[in-house]
Amino acid sequence: MTALVEVKGLDKAFGGVHAVEGVSFSVEAGQVYSVIGPNGAGKTTLFNLITGLYTPTKGEILLNGESTAKLEPNELAERGMCRTFQQMQICMNMTAIENVMLGRHLQLRSSLFTTLFRLPSLRRNEAAARKRAAELMEYVGCGEYLDTDASAMSYGALKRLEIARALAAEPRVILLDEPAAGLNAVETAALEDLIRKIADQGTTVMLVEHDMKLVMGISDRLLVLNYGRVLAEGSPEEIRQNPDVIAAYLGG
Amino acid sequence: MLNNLMQSRLRGLVILALILLILPVFLGNPFHYELVTQMAIIAATVVGLNLLVGFAGQISLGHAGFFGLGAYFTGIATGTYGWPSVPALVVGAIVVGFIAWIVGRPILRLKGHYLSMATLAVGFIIAIILNNERALTGGPDGMPVPAFEVFGWELSAFGSYSLFGIDIEGFQAWYIFASVVLLVAVWFALNLIESPIGRALRSVHGSEVAASVVGVNTAKYKSLVFVISAVYASLMGSLYAHFQGFITPAVASFEFSILFITMVVLGGMGSTFGVILGAVVLKLLPQVLADFQELEHVMFGLILMLTMIFMPKGLLPTLTIFFSKRMRRKAGGEA
Repeated sequence: MTALVEVKGLDKAFGGVHAVEGVSFSVEAGQVYSVIGPNGAGKTTLFNLITGLYTPTKGEILLNGESTAKLEPNELAERGMCRTFQQMQICMNMTAIENVMLGRHLQLRSSLFTTLFRLPSLRRNEAAARKRAAELMEYVGCGEYLDTDASAMSYGALKRLEIARALAAEPRVILLDEPAAGLNAVETAALEDLIRKIADQGTTVMLVEHDMKLVMGISDRLLVLNYGRVLAEGSPEEIRQNPDVIAAYLGG
Repeated sequence: MLNNLMQSRLRGLVILALILLILPVFLGNPFHYELVTQMAIIAATVVGLNLLVGFAGQISLGHAGFFGLGAYFTGIATGTYGWPSVPALVVGAIVVGFIAWIVGRPILRLKGHYLSMATLAVGFIIAIILNNERALTGGPDGMPVPAFEVFGWELSAFGSYSLFGIDIEGFQAWYIFASVVLLVAVWFALNLIESPIGRALRSVHGSEVAASVVGVNTAKYKSLVFVISAVYASLMGSLYAHFQGFITPAVASFEFSILFITMVVLGGMGSTFGVILGAVVLKLLPQVLADFQELEHVMFGLILMLTMIFMPKGLLPTLTIFFSKRMRRKAGGEA
């Protein structure tokens, strides 16, 4: 089985600081793959590199066997990669459901002519996209907000909205950057169920998260970063017993 | 039927149509018609500019350049070379759209102040060319433009016509024509905004990063909306030239660009009907303030400043929020 995401000898330097250094790993399709590590370990930088927001200083990333070196983030989205952000990226000038419908951008190609005259085909596609977006909002648990302005929603609801938007793109791999940050225990439990549901439907999930209980519970494999380097890689059980990890991160 | 329309997404368009229909009751003389016709043409221009500024969040301080190019393309093609009006208008829009695409590709990579400066420069360059190419444009003295004509039928502000058996004057015919143009321009803008393309444009404003990771090619959409707004400006510039019958490089001037952008900001960025109100207010203010003579410009500036301080969202959005709050409070009081 070939890896869906494969990272080889990845390096990213900002000036003299190596945020990510010599990182290699691979993610099989269908896995929940988590990246953990202390603050400043390079987890978000790694995600930014994988999703094409940063260009690597050295090394290579393969998505389904194809090098992503020359691809823009939107081209990676076309190839089935989508993500959420630690610093949420929500379009506050739109309603909640419009944000999710934006996620269906790639499935909703319509010509300028069709758009200007609002031809029936566009109206049909829009209605279908709206229905799908509403289902997804229900699915992630913010179904009550449909036509609410995004700027009027709570932090927790926006976090789920961002996941709904990413799912709307029907990605093969979804990268979630600290989805549980700022959520309370009940919300975190709901998030855990949600991630499990997403994974069960066959979408590969990559996760950066600090909540150890959450991570250990749902991950198939884990990557531990420390100062930009790989400290350990393996199953939750292996990670839990790894002496380096215990010393550096889990704190005994 | 009317009830259905009032419920639909086109409610604003219906209200605008009704206003345009009733307005002639209050228009007493040709000067009033002239003013309102100019308003309609300029309002359609800023509706196009608002797609760029209000929805996609990109600025252009040089849009009068495209307006002026459209005006001069029409003036030269119909006046000097004897083209019919419609081909001149269409070819002009295509040429201007192409120029906007060429110019837009490099400068739309810039953001904020840098984009302002670059678009400002584009406007200046166009104005300088129109001023200096005397052989083509007549230079600072301007050039005459023939009346608008379709298939030998001429629409002149000084003619007289018969519409459905009713005799109307040329300036009234122009008013009707400009009103229809404005309604179509608004209809296209509304359709564009409420579509996948429109969402992509707004997402460029909301979060360029979010847009790109769900597959929006942000560079492409910025170029697209820049071209669309330039085409709006070009088409309206062409009509303006026909209506005025005479154009000078002032139509492409920096002052005109600033007027356009002020209409957008004052009326309400991202509100199609707001920017129309902005155009109306900014065309009316100088008339109203004419009594203040030398204080006119001071008053003009003061009103703009106060509006921006107390209504930062723009006239229409602020008023809408104000009235919907009052209505809700009233409804709450009765319950």
